[in-house]
Amino acid sequence: MNDTQILDAVERYIRGEMKPDERLQFETLRKSNAEVDQLVVEHTLFLQQLNHFGERKELRSSLNEIHTDLTERGKIDSMKLKGAAKVVYLWKRYRRVAAIAASIAGITALSISALVWAFAPKANSEVDQLKREITDLKNRTNQQRNELTTVKNSISEKKKNNIVYKSGGTGFIIDAKGYLVTNFHVVNKARDIAVQNNKGEFIAKVVYTDPSKDIAILKIDDESFKPFTAIPYSISKSSARLAEPIFTLGYPKNEIVYGQGYLSSLTGFNGDTLSCQIEIAANHGNSGSPILNKNGEVVGILNARQNSTEGFTFAIQGKYIYKALDDLKKTDTSYQRLKLTSKSSIAGIDRTEQVKKLEDYIFMVKVN
Amino acid sequence: MKPLSDEKELLKGLANNDRKAVETLYQENFNTIQSLIINNNGSSDDAKDIFQEAIIVLYEKVRAGGFELQCQIKTFLYSVSRRLWLKRLQQQNRYASPGDSMESVVPVEEDLEAHEQRNAEFEMMEQAISHLGEPCKSLLEAYYLQKQNMQVIAANFGYTNADNAKNQKYKCLMRLKKIFFAQYKNGNGDE
Repeated sequence: MNDTQILDAVERYIRGEMKPDERLQFETLRKSNAEVDQLVVEHTLFLQQLNHFGERKELRSSLNEIHTDLTERGKIDSMKLKGAAKVVYLWKRYRRVAAIAASIAGITALSISALVWAFAPKANSEVDQLKREITDLKNRTNQQRNELTTVKNSISEKKKNNIVYKSGGTGFIIDAKGYLVTNFHVVNKARDIAVQNNKGEFIAKVVYTDPSKDIAILKIDDESFKPFTAIPYSISKSSARLAEPIFTLGYPKNEIVYGQGYLSSLTGFNGDTLSCQIEIAANHGNSGSPILNKNGEVVGILNARQNSTEGFTFAIQGKYIYKALDDLKKTDTSYQRLKLTSKSSIAGIDRTEQVKKLEDYIFMVKVN
Repeated sequence: MKPLSDEKELLKGLANNDRKAVETLYQENFNTIQSLIINNNGSSDDAKDIFQEAIIVLYEKVRAGGFELQCQIKTFLYSVSRRLWLKRLQQQNRYASPGDSMESVVPVEEDLEAHEQRNAEFEMMEQAISHLGEPCKSLLEAYYLQKQNMQVIAANFGYTNADNAKNQKYKCLMRLKKIFFAQYKNGNGDE
């Protein structure tokens, strides 16, 4: 007997399909052969398991069939939950999940907002601040504009009265329409300029400056000023001569002051050929005073720039006034009609008479 | 309440996998079990699973023979289902104590232990068969489960005669036994 046949026999034996004599024979074999006996036991167990498996599978499938069948026929409730019942069911089933999800979401939201708050918002506050600052600036600018307008108004209204002039010098008329010559350093950086003689005070403005020669030309710009008819003195084109007696009129103080002396050197400080050295009592307020010779010709402009050098006074030579006027005419055609007097009308008269005629043309220059 | 004889008839029908008996059992008991499950965090699919498993427990008990019903079938099924559901809830960490108010409960622990043993064996066999592959699987199922005649099998599976089919069946059976007993001994050794 081969293995297949033995197994066949075992199976038939287990199922009880053997005829009585065959069965007897097999039982004998089983008793004598331990291997066959073992096989029978083992196979019995196996077939039992297999049967169980089969039966259970069958039962399961029939149960499933019955379930579907009964549900279709409506004999059992197919608990397809509806409405509130479903909500309650879902709530019961998922409330823990929902609670956990909600707390995680909450924590996440909180921590994200904390992070955002921690890292981001400074920019916002800066922007806010900037905005506020800009508004501030705007307000301040408006305020300043208002103030400026007020100031402007007040200036045009009461310029003469209100302005306090700090420094000053002297200037003299070179053209009857109201043009004066003075030192550049007198009007340098000036905001407001006023000129004053024994007739009154007038607003003036700078029309020309030459810092290198220390010359400035002012124009009286005031409604109350009445132009002169003629100028008694002339401006000399030629240089003064050494030891020539000279005199000056200026405003070292609030009253006009007369001074006299002589030309002590044809060059100025450190051999400066633009100017000359004069021996005359001079003060800071004398800057811009005319230097005249006995014929009433202006030979220079007193330039007290270097008056720190003890005992020396310098004067800019008169010919440079011509030069300055020429420059001015070149830069602006509206000054074409300016003309310097070349003939003095006070030559050969007594000094006190000369001074009396000159007085009106010498102005105190007040600068703010 | 039904007469006791009726219930005995039902059990007999169940043991023979009689369609009508099983249907009656199903129809009379399913709704009770379903409300138990659904009231305790379960779905209707859970209810179906649990109820069918309880029926199988009852079936096995009846098949094992010598079964004497000491309570109503309803009570038994309810107790088993409750027990099974509790266990599943614990496995899913969704424990909620099912209320006992609806029905009386009988102790079913022993039945369930036996059931679990059978369950394990069932799974082993299922796995072994699924490992087998075709045509062995169909061949063995046809012979041992559907109890078909060897001649019919030979014709269905395209073997020239019954002996060829028998040889093939023998080889398949040997392989199945090998796989099954390897697991069976392992499983028993673990316990």
